[in-house]
Amino acid sequence: MKNNLVSAFRLTLALLVLCCVVYPAIVWGAAQLAPGQGQGVQVSHQGRVVGFDNVGQKFDRPEYFNTRPSAVDYRADGSGGSNKGPTNPQYLAEVNTRVAAFLQQNPNVKSGQVPVELVTASGSGLDPHLSPAGAYAQVERVARLRGLPAARVKALVAAHVQEPIFVMLGPSKVNVLQLNLALDSLSRK
Amino acid sequence: MSSELIGIAVIFGVTVLLAIPLGRYLATVYRGDKSWSDFLAPLERLLFRIGGIDAGRGMTWQQHMVALLTINLVWFLFAMLILCTQGVLPLNPDGNPSMSPDLAFNTAISFLVNCNLQHYSGESGLTYLSQMVGIMFLQFVTAATGMVACVVVFNALRNRTTDKLGNFYVYFVRSITRVLLPLSLIVGLILVFQGTPMTFAGKQALITMQGDTTAVSRGPAAAMIAIKELGTNGGGFFGANSAHPLENPTYLTNMVENIALVLIPIALVFALGHYLRRRRLSYTVFGVMTAGFLMLLAPTVYYEMQGNPAIAQMGADMNLGAMEGKEIRLGTAASAYWGITNTIISCGSVNSMHDSHMPISGMSEMLGMMTNAFYGGVGVGFLNFFVFVIIAVFISGLMVGRTPEFLGKKIEAREMKIAIIVALLHPLMILAGTAMAAHLLVSNPTEYAGWLANPGYHGFSEMLYEYTSAAANNGSGFEGLGDNTPWWNISTGVVLLLSRYLPIIGPVAIAGILASKKYTPESAGTLRVDTATFGLMVFFVIWIIAALAFFPALALGPLAEHFSLY
Repeated sequence: MKNNLVSAFRLTLALLVLCCVVYPAIVWGAAQLAPGQGQGVQVSHQGRVVGFDNVGQKFDRPEYFNTRPSAVDYRADGSGGSNKGPTNPQYLAEVNTRVAAFLQQNPNVKSGQVPVELVTASGSGLDPHLSPAGAYAQVERVARLRGLPAARVKALVAAHVQEPIFVMLGPSKVNVLQLNLALDSLSRK
Repeated sequence: MSSELIGIAVIFGVTVLLAIPLGRYLATVYRGDKSWSDFLAPLERLLFRIGGIDAGRGMTWQQHMVALLTINLVWFLFAMLILCTQGVLPLNPDGNPSMSPDLAFNTAISFLVNCNLQHYSGESGLTYLSQMVGIMFLQFVTAATGMVACVVVFNALRNRTTDKLGNFYVYFVRSITRVLLPLSLIVGLILVFQGTPMTFAGKQALITMQGDTTAVSRGPAAAMIAIKELGTNGGGFFGANSAHPLENPTYLTNMVENIALVLIPIALVFALGHYLRRRRLSYTVFGVMTAGFLMLLAPTVYYEMQGNPAIAQMGADMNLGAMEGKEIRLGTAASAYWGITNTIISCGSVNSMHDSHMPISGMSEMLGMMTNAFYGGVGVGFLNFFVFVIIAVFISGLMVGRTPEFLGKKIEAREMKIAIIVALLHPLMILAGTAMAAHLLVSNPTEYAGWLANPGYHGFSEMLYEYTSAAANNGSGFEGLGDNTPWWNISTGVVLLLSRYLPIIGPVAIAGILASKKYTPESAGTLRVDTATFGLMVFFVIWIIAALAFFPALALGPLAEHFSLY
């Protein structure tokens, strides 16, 4: 027992060096060569950092493509989902309100076609993406409010659709921050 | 839609393809045969010298357990110390506070038992130092602990009579230097190049495009996320775990992380065949485990991709499926696949919020933890399966009227008692814990009103899930549960402890006792354990013992919820 205790203690110290100093140092070193130097890929606009490529941010103004509802209001020093169960009446009422609000803001969208991600909160509360359908459903509204031809805004969305990786694995998606940045430059022209 | 299904099929296919050669490699490493990784031998000798360890000394199963428990105690005290003082220690750029003692107790226990019941959120509850030296360290060493216990059982099942079952420290150190560290490096590098942070800079404040002020948490995440999956611990760097867009930035990282966490548990099954030179046995085991896995996976994928009928009625287009608590870049199929793999394997990381899954999915996830033997956590998964095998051998032996034998060793009353105690401990912990919590809640609803995030059947499921997760050393949760209270911290802490060490000691004891018995060569009269018939037998034993015990509780929670929705 005493021998075990001494061995356990000394081996623990040695492994702390190996697993918690040497190993992370190698990964950290490699990170210096990675995009964003391991600090997260930042996106700049007009000379200031406006966000991180991977981290969703709040877009709720109607002239932007809106991001999904978020349980943490897109405060990225925290994260989390709503944790509401599928039969929770209070939650279902909230979703119903979101559906109605979306239909009102986007009169061209018919009931039954409201993109589900725009009325449900993501797991992280920081989802940076929409499905292509989720972006297309907002085209009419955005084009109207910005005085742009709908066809051009639609083409802009199409240019931002990211296909499944290796052509066939996983869902298609649109990065909302990238899309809205492109939208702002389109409006200025 | 179909690209999502192809995605999960590819994840599973690649996992098995990688696990087969890894299994052969693991057998080589633990047998001590020549392998390409022998260049690490000097490093291992250095570690043995520092530890004052005689690598040649064979240990009995009791000596193994003493060594295992002693080093675990050292880690527990160390983790408590770090967590209770982290606020004043270095590497704390965000100025996070030290933990309260009950939360530190729960967290230290939780990671000590290779679980990740995180009653805190990584961004604000831990510092970079405690993430690395506290949490990540335990993710390495506790995974290795499980692997050692598994290898001791392998060793005991060889065709010979002995009480010496190898050296604890040799198995332990090799698990880290030759398996966990190299694989973690590969996964960590992939993550870093896909955009996961690995930095010591604190959170960055910024003003968003539409003018809101926010701050983005970062940290030395990539190194930890790699071992969190490979060691089947599951403890995330960020609160949202692998749903977080920095922890799991792309579909590719999702595939890599998901493969990583299933890899070693499946490889150990193949390692069994190589180690004992009984390849057919490992195919039988793999077949039973995979059948159980697919039975839980299919309904989950179906219901998640269908979506919530109550929301469909409101006028939403359910093409994407049940998106509450899920991420667009991952999709519902990969979220369902992840949910099931992380619960059958006691990993417990999440890439979507299980609390918001459809009722049948939530039930399948709970069943994954209740059976806890389909692949299972690194090392310990096989130990749980081994217990069911012993019970199946005994029952089969009685059915055909022969002495129950497993690999040439007689199974007698003592081994059976241990096996049954271990098998029944699991339902006892889960059901008694849930019953006590439910009783407290009902007898004083105002005092404990903060516990449940959802009313009705689902609220009951939240409590049931928490104890199931604790007893399976899983760590995922129906996270709506307000679980950072003394009741939950302490009661789940106790469940975690008992449910970790007894299911390790029990099977190792059985194996140790078997090893010291006389070996009778197999003959025509021996019950063959590497056949489909015996596989079916084990399968039913698992379902009858593990699943049926929980049926009444499941009927009150997820089943009732399902029928109220459809």
